[in-house]
Amino acid sequence: MEGLTLSDAEQKYYSDLFSYCDIESTKKVAANGRVLELFRAAQLPNDVVLQIMELCGATRLGYFGRSQFYIALKLVAVAQSGFPLRVESINTVKDLPLPRFVASKNEQESRHAASYSSDSENQGSYSGVIPPPPGRGQVKKGSVSHDAVQPRTSADQQEPASPVVSPQQSPPTSPHTWRKHSRHPSGGNSERPLAGPGPFWSPFGEAQSGSSAGDAVWSGHSPPPPQETWVSFADTPPTSTLLTMHPASVQDQTTVRTVASATTANEIRRQSSSYDDPWKITDEQRQYYVNQFKTIQPDLNGFIPGSAAKEFFTKSKLPILELSHIWELSDFDKDGALTLDEFCAAFHLVVARKNGYDLPEKLPESLMPKLIDLEDSADVGDQPGEVGYSGSPAEAPPSKSPSMPSLNQTWPELNQSSEDTAIVHPVPIRMTPSKIHMQEMELKRTGSDHTNPTSPLLVKPSDLSEESKINSSVKFASGNTVADGYSSSDSFTSDPEQIGNNVTHQRSHSGTSPDNTAPPPPPPRPQPSHSRSSSLDMNRTFAVTTGQQQAGVVAHPPAVPPRPQPSQAPGPVVHRPVDADGLITHTSTSPQQIPEQPNFADFSQFEVFAASNVNEEQDDEAEKHPEVLPVEKASDPASSLRVAKTDSKIEEKTAASVPANVSKGTTPLAPPPKPVRRRLKSEDELRPEVDEHTQKTGVLAAVLASQPSIPRSVGKDKKAIQASIRRNKETNTVLARLNSELQQQLKDVLEERISLEVQLEQLRPFSHL
Amino acid sequence: MAVCVAVIAKENYPLYIRSIPTENELKFHYMVHTSLDVVDEKISAMGKALVDQRELYLGLLYPTEDYKVYGYVTNSKVKFVMVVDSSNTALRDNEIRSMFRKLHNSYTDVMCNPFYNPGDRIQSSRAFDSMVTSMMIQVC
Repeated sequence: MEGLTLSDAEQKYYSDLFSYCDIESTKKVAANGRVLELFRAAQLPNDVVLQIMELCGATRLGYFGRSQFYIALKLVAVAQSGFPLRVESINTVKDLPLPRFVASKNEQESRHAASYSSDSENQGSYSGVIPPPPGRGQVKKGSVSHDAVQPRTSADQQEPASPVVSPQQSPPTSPHTWRKHSRHPSGGNSERPLAGPGPFWSPFGEAQSGSSAGDAVWSGHSPPPPQETWVSFADTPPTSTLLTMHPASVQDQTTVRTVASATTANEIRRQSSSYDDPWKITDEQRQYYVNQFKTIQPDLNGFIPGSAAKEFFTKSKLPILELSHIWELSDFDKDGALTLDEFCAAFHLVVARKNGYDLPEKLPESLMPKLIDLEDSADVGDQPGEVGYSGSPAEAPPSKSPSMPSLNQTWPELNQSSEDTAIVHPVPIRMTPSKIHMQEMELKRTGSDHTNPTSPLLVKPSDLSEESKINSSVKFASGNTVADGYSSSDSFTSDPEQIGNNVTHQRSHSGTSPDNTAPPPPPPRPQPSHSRSSSLDMNRTFAVTTGQQQAGVVAHPPAVPPRPQPSQAPGPVVHRPVDADGLITHTSTSPQQIPEQPNFADFSQFEVFAASNVNEEQDDEAEKHPEVLPVEKASDPASSLRVAKTDSKIEEKTAASVPANVSKGTTPLAPPPKPVRRRLKSEDELRPEVDEHTQKTGVLAAVLASQPSIPRSVGKDKKAIQASIRRNKETNTVLARLNSELQQQLKDVLEERISLEVQLEQLRPFSHL
Repeated sequence: MAVCVAVIAKENYPLYIRSIPTENELKFHYMVHTSLDVVDEKISAMGKALVDQRELYLGLLYPTEDYKVYGYVTNSKVKFVMVVDSSNTALRDNEIRSMFRKLHNSYTDVMCNPFYNPGDRIQSSRAFDSMVTSMMIQVC
């Protein structure tokens, strides 16, 4: 061979390509595998490739040494430039552009007519092994781990050579037709979502199989365009062939097909190696999956049972083993059923598999189901503050697999810690009996002070008093609060004190007594959530617990005492009673109203706490309250009646009013206080949101509306100040309690950690055996 | 660290058996087989007293010169048998229990997979395999 002189760029490029091909780092590249793929990617006719190989001496040697490889690359460049292949041309052809390999990078180049034709030509020669149609998001899916580095380097190398192309960024705008061809080699734009041209899907069917084969070589490659797969989900003959090819291609056969596929896979890999998450689901796909989900399970929030899912995925004609693995990956919470997210992930994996992509060992992040109910429910309340807390629930689900008990354990802790979050959603399964909740509720009640100085005060006192009066109701309320948000319960306690609304207190007292009989209705469930795992129907839990737990009830009542309701009765400002009534009724009517309580509190203190964080919700609630107030002027014994009224009002106001609450309207106050309480909490800490929120807002709005006027009449400054002081104190207490609880949790976690470390230490010696 | 882990079905045929690769793996299979008698014995002994409260962890089934065999049975009469090396003196009972618990959890996950037919060999679950691998002694 004559000596080969390479420019710097060429040198670098070639060495990168060589290292890319030299997977075994033996400095010798066998004449198959990546080299062939690379040459295929060069989009040269087969005979040209063979000629090149011969010229460079590889056929003689049987492998590509570094020099042979470089020579070959140079010859590729020569051929691509249209020069005749001669040994002499290696050095004689000046200013030869770097050899172009049809990878993603080359997509642009391939656009050019020349390459286009060569593509088609190559395609022909590759007998349809061409990579799957472009735009399949292969590019974006690219990030094959093992390919990422090398292709990228080569891609980078090529970039200078071909300014147009950058592997990861093939312009999404490349013509569709192009896609057909160029995609194959290049795997399409990294950005092209799988949603690529639909019409091309069918023609790509074959290419798909080809590419799939190629892809198969690069396991973990971006999932093949799911589009094709979708379309042909039921009729998998092409994909089955694909699959059969797959194993074949996986082996390093130096068949054209393998090479071609490898090349394409390489290209695809290169394209995809970069940024896009190969496993991302495009909107189209997502929509398709959702529709398929609906055919099995109309309720998008429900589950698909395992048997139904099994039948469905069996239709894809994938081997059971693979389906089993797909299931393992996608059933995130290991409950034997698929939620919508899990189903989409599973479907996506099936599609990917059918297109030849190997299944990952772990579920890719983009396919992970959202953490769920907890989060959802938490989000329902729009509680920004709760993020911290909701985070924990989110963490809990992952731990589900290891052991449900651990998951459950987190729940109670979570509940305790995040008062507000609890409010938002019916929440996680509570392993522990209501006691915890009761305690939490207490906590909330006491702690809610700070959250909503104004509203809670107003509402809470009434609620609290009611609760204390009524054991069952209290329990319930607390339960609800817990469910809704511990704050609500806490707010109850705080309210009474802070508000100093004698009236409210009075009401609450009076209200409670009659309410004792009626068990507090469960807090309304914000939304129909999963029946299993993540979401725990607090309502049910509480309902049960309320009946059973006296302890819980007891817990609440103590919280109430701080509110000197009776004492306040005499003193209270006239308006207060009104407010109180409104509040009381408001709160008592339903747990939902509890959240509104904060509004109440806010309301009364609006003027005082202008700066306080009054949620809009609270305002709404305040508005609601006023409405409620006027309606409910009656005093306590009628609290239940009021409750009913408020319930009705609240329902009107709150979009999410829970029917339960309504029914509860007749029931004791416990429910109502909850929503209010929650509100209180939310103000200070998190923004509990949700239905109750809406309810609260409605009620609170009413209350607030009515309240503002009232305090003014009284000389609210002083009262407001006192109320706020009280509220702050209560808030402090709540926070202190919260802090202690968190400390406790921290200790527990640390202990666990220590024990785990000890175990690890013990097991470690054995690892060396 | 276990030397051999086996999952036996209710009808006493193995659903899953895996040992560290040694020259004579068959002896582990034999040990597991013979331990089934002991398991049955323990089950029947306990069963008479309190069926519901029968503890799942059976404890040491029988020790041999080189190995100890531990057993665990689920409520559906699926048995887990684990053979550990006697030289692992540091392996405490708690650890064995936790290993069985992990086994049980993984087994449950496999069961939840609709593509797994109960009674089939457990060969499709990579998670199960990886879990067992983590429990097995690392043969250096």
